[in-house]
Amino acid sequence: MLYALCFLLFMIGLYCAVIKKNMVKIVIGIMVMEYAVNLFLIMLGYRTGGIAPIIDKSQLEPSTGQLTAAFLNSSVDPLPQALVLTAIVISLGSLALMISICVRTYGKYGTFDITQIRRLKG
Amino acid sequence: MKGMTIIVKTISSWVKVLVFLFGIYIILFGHLTPGGGFAGGVILAASYVLLMLAFGREFVEKNLPLPLASRLDCLGAFLFALIAILGLVFGGSFFVNFLYQKYLPGQPLNLISAGTIPLSNLAIGLKVGASLFLVIFTLSICCKDFKTDTSTHKKEE
Amino acid sequence: MSIPLPAFVAIPLVTAFLLPIFGKKGKAAATVLANLATVSLLVLAIVSVGQSRVYEIGKWSIPLGINLVLDGLSSLLLLAISVVSTAAMFFSIRYMEQYTAKAKYLSLFLLMVAGMNGVVLSGDIFNLFVFLEIASIASYALVGFGCEHEELEASFKYMVLGSIGSIFILFAVALVYGNTGSLNMAYISKAIQSSGLNAGLTFALGLFIAGFGLKAALVPFHAWLPDAHPSAPAPISAMLSGVLIKTLGVYALTRVVFNVFGISISTGWLLIALGLLSMVAGAFLAIGQWDLKRLMAYSSISQLGYVVLGIGLGGLIIAEGGNLAWASLAILGGLFHLVNHAVYKSLLFLTSGSVEMSTGTRQMRQMGGLAEKMPVTRATCIIASASIAGIPPFSGFWSKLILVVAAIQASFYWVAAIIVFVSLCTLIMYLKVQRYVFLGELPENLQQSKEAKNSMLVAMIFLACLCVLMGLLVLVPSLRSHILNPAVKVLTDGLEYSTKIINM
Repeated sequence: MLYALCFLLFMIGLYCAVIKKNMVKIVIGIMVMEYAVNLFLIMLGYRTGGIAPIIDKSQLEPSTGQLTAAFLNSSVDPLPQALVLTAIVISLGSLALMISICVRTYGKYGTFDITQIRRLKG
Repeated sequence: MKGMTIIVKTISSWVKVLVFLFGIYIILFGHLTPGGGFAGGVILAASYVLLMLAFGREFVEKNLPLPLASRLDCLGAFLFALIAILGLVFGGSFFVNFLYQKYLPGQPLNLISAGTIPLSNLAIGLKVGASLFLVIFTLSICCKDFKTDTSTHKKEE
Repeated sequence: MSIPLPAFVAIPLVTAFLLPIFGKKGKAAATVLANLATVSLLVLAIVSVGQSRVYEIGKWSIPLGINLVLDGLSSLLLLAISVVSTAAMFFSIRYMEQYTAKAKYLSLFLLMVAGMNGVVLSGDIFNLFVFLEIASIASYALVGFGCEHEELEASFKYMVLGSIGSIFILFAVALVYGNTGSLNMAYISKAIQSSGLNAGLTFALGLFIAGFGLKAALVPFHAWLPDAHPSAPAPISAMLSGVLIKTLGVYALTRVVFNVFGISISTGWLLIALGLLSMVAGAFLAIGQWDLKRLMAYSSISQLGYVVLGIGLGGLIIAEGGNLAWASLAILGGLFHLVNHAVYKSLLFLTSGSVEMSTGTRQMRQMGGLAEKMPVTRATCIIASASIAGIPPFSGFWSKLILVVAAIQASFYWVAAIIVFVSLCTLIMYLKVQRYVFLGELPENLQQSKEAKNSMLVAMIFLACLCVLMGLLVLVPSLRSHILNPAVKVLTDGLEYSTKIINM
């Protein structure tokens, strides 16, 4: 069910990126898609009633220094969170580049409307 | 940008130190608590963005000139790569945590316990902070000629 | 000698971040350093031919850590990337004097090379995505480097479609992780073999094909390429058309389809359909163009179709359980065409750059009679055109011949007919280039046009020599068994990839 909602968010982003005429709105649509995928990744690692996968002193067995079984059984999967962090860094880079291209295009053409920015054809 | 009113200026001049320190804390304790190079770097950049909003662009440019920020950006990335290569030299493979394995074992959950990871966090923090600052700064000058350097996609450790 | 594999990524990355430190004064030093980096990559790529190895980063063993894999296919692609990047870098020494901010250009160029090398070497599917994004973001910035009207528009178009492609790939990676619980390609492949494809994985495969297809500009997804490639500076067009669409698109697609998911009959047909569509549509659209670089960009789509067709044909034969020798012949044709196309298309873009630099235009109607003014450019352009059209002694002929033979052997006669037909279309479009650019009357305003600068000529002649000699790669058995056959074997082995990696 939640996955379906996530996919709905993805499709909303795709719709926005494909249909909208304004360059900034297209960028927003792409970012909505990106976050839908990030949300999906986070939800993959989730388990009901799970705890954050952060180790502190209370999670270690005092005698052996190993992780307690309770921690291992209830913590959520940390790997998707690391993946999402990396994906966010990447999307930050491409977002900054996209916005700067939008700003430069506005400076050249004086509009954000892609139907009026049409020098390339064919 | 001329900056904002005196209230904003006063408060942000107090807050900026705290924000900056919090960023450094996040970077240094990245291997123990949530956070790390990227998050801390963003906070470092945010402290400068706060200054930029409150006092205007020229003030920030005086404090942290763009060429210096650009150098710091490159330096951070270079340090990160250097740590990887030192891993090859001392440990026999890229990114080997040679400090932890050979020189600084340390107990888990202590500040000095993770070998090269805090150092990489430091390098990434420098890189992310400087480049995010550069991105926001250059985007704020629309009229002047600029070229954004969006090489922020350095992989997190 | 065994080279640490991350060097292929680390050398360009470190150089890219060192360059801006030189600042405005050290432009010459920065150029020399960047060229040293690409040349050293070429040397490393040549040394590593024929080796196959797994490298565990940080000594974390495979399912836990990130690994880099060098096998036949990777080293073939590494060779192509480093040859083209060396030539393009050498070409840009003088060419980029028209632009400001040369150090930034060189940094972005090297970042792109680092990303591509990473894609080729990565054995981890998420890492593949990360490197793919590094290469694509650098290329988005490079396409818009001139900051003129057309360049910004093309860059925006490219960036929107490229980002959507990347998001598809990320979504597919998430689906794969959710279904198999692993990110290492070998372990994913093993999990798929033991449990079979379920609905989620099939959807992921579809997303992978769409995402990599967008990056490779196969025909239904090609809208960005004819805008983006002509708008970039000429050496970058050469890099984009020569290797970027192949590494990010075709290589990643074949790796995922053949080695991770395993080829099936339907994906084989899908690849063949995409390949044929790209070949025919690209060729027809190219003939009508009057912009020199735009024509070449459309012909890139068409030529990429050959590569995908060859690989798809081989995959189909494998999936149907047919003769393995025929399958390897088809794949050999595809991969050989990939390498050939990298060389001659980058040469063509470099010649177009030198024509554009001396005439100041890309419109073929405004040119003519440049043969006397630019003899070397003309000679190299003729060699490249002959090669791409498949005239016998040149490299393009051999790869097309192999493809035709493979199609006939597998009794796909209509495919062979289409290959020959598209080849004729290619001949027509490059005859058009020769006729309107180099022959005919020299217009008044082009009387002053001069031959390109020396270093640009060196890069062009280097690639032209390769065009002539590349035929030897298949004709000499020892070269073939060293360079091409291992690459073919990686694909024909298919799912055995996983056991090999795990045992290595």
